[in-house]
Amino acid sequence: MVNKKYLLTSKQMASFVNKGFLRFDKIIPKKLCDEAFRELKRNPDHKWWLTNGKPFSEIWTDSVIGKVFRHPKVEGIIQSLVGPNPRYDHHFPHRIEPGKLEPQNWHADSIIDTRTKHFDIQLFFFPQDTPREMGGTLILPGSHFRRVQESEISRYHNIVGQLPIVCKAGTLFVTHHNIWHCAQPNRSRKLRFMFKLRLNPTVRQINLWNTDDLSDPEIENVLMKSHPWTGVEERIEQVLRIKLWRFLTDNQHFDSRYWLTRIENEPTTIFEYQQSGVYENKGKLN
Amino acid sequence: MSKNNTAVSSLRQKILILYSGGSALDSKIVAWSLFDATEKEKMITGDSDVPPYESVFDAMKDGWRVIQISPIQSIHPGTEYSTGYLKFEHVLEKIASTDG
Repeated sequence: MVNKKYLLTSKQMASFVNKGFLRFDKIIPKKLCDEAFRELKRNPDHKWWLTNGKPFSEIWTDSVIGKVFRHPKVEGIIQSLVGPNPRYDHHFPHRIEPGKLEPQNWHADSIIDTRTKHFDIQLFFFPQDTPREMGGTLILPGSHFRRVQESEISRYHNIVGQLPIVCKAGTLFVTHHNIWHCAQPNRSRKLRFMFKLRLNPTVRQINLWNTDDLSDPEIENVLMKSHPWTGVEERIEQVLRIKLWRFLTDNQHFDSRYWLTRIENEPTTIFEYQQSGVYENKGKLN
Repeated sequence: MSKNNTAVSSLRQKILILYSGGSALDSKIVAWSLFDATEKEKMITGDSDVPPYESVFDAMKDGWRVIQISPIQSIHPGTEYSTGYLKFEHVLEKIASTDG
């Protein structure tokens, strides 16, 4: 069982719902990062295709990569998002050679995923300092609700609000499975690694984090913050965030700015109002 | 091949694709791509954070010719609250020479 102090807060979860990712700078100690980098260099393939669907607890039980993803803080993040016993989906060590100037095209991983509630997470681990010239991974905050087919978005080159991951060694980005991303060119003279791990939930993803701050009014602001690329669809994105927050908190009445309450309003009690004289009672029903 | 044909064959299409935040041609650009067949310019993912124009209309004023705009789509029942590809895509062209 993960110590409660390592679990995410409700505000962090709201930020995940809004942006589709969370960022943890230098969360993995440098010594472990160096060990992981050496291991990736020595064994870049890491048999990524062999173990899909196993309980994550049975993966990398005796390896440096296991130590990275079983760091207590990382376990807290994982448990908060996908629960205590996630299933291993796959991993891939992305190795970007120095001087590789061709970037990846924008894509979302896997295939069209029609789930609107449950989600997988992808952990992007950067074992070394990753300045902009080394590329990093480019992600698009807020893109995780978009239903697209993998690299059909490759026509796009640049999107307002795109975020290049520039970070120090030991940084972890944890994303919703559907976030748009692409590897960037490595203009440096150093080999770059980004190690990606995907995990599936095995429990309903409801209130899995530290919910002590669930009634913090700031949460609504975090959820509703706009993204600069969504244009006139921003309100639709907000509705999608409200719906996911309702699911995650098991609160079907949660709303913000009255968006869903208004469109769900199909009164069935007009007759009762008229008969009860409730209008004279300032709208209060017994 | 005549001299005139040689001149014509050095002309190539530059395609600029602008995605706006709304259906109006003067609404703000939210994404963009460039495919230049003269190969003088090459755009790749993540190479710029600032759109080349504020709007499609601004690009038109700079000589880009609009050759396609997205129709305003009817909303299909069941998809009212789902989002996908960038909605308002505008394809523009310039004809440029590979010479000089």
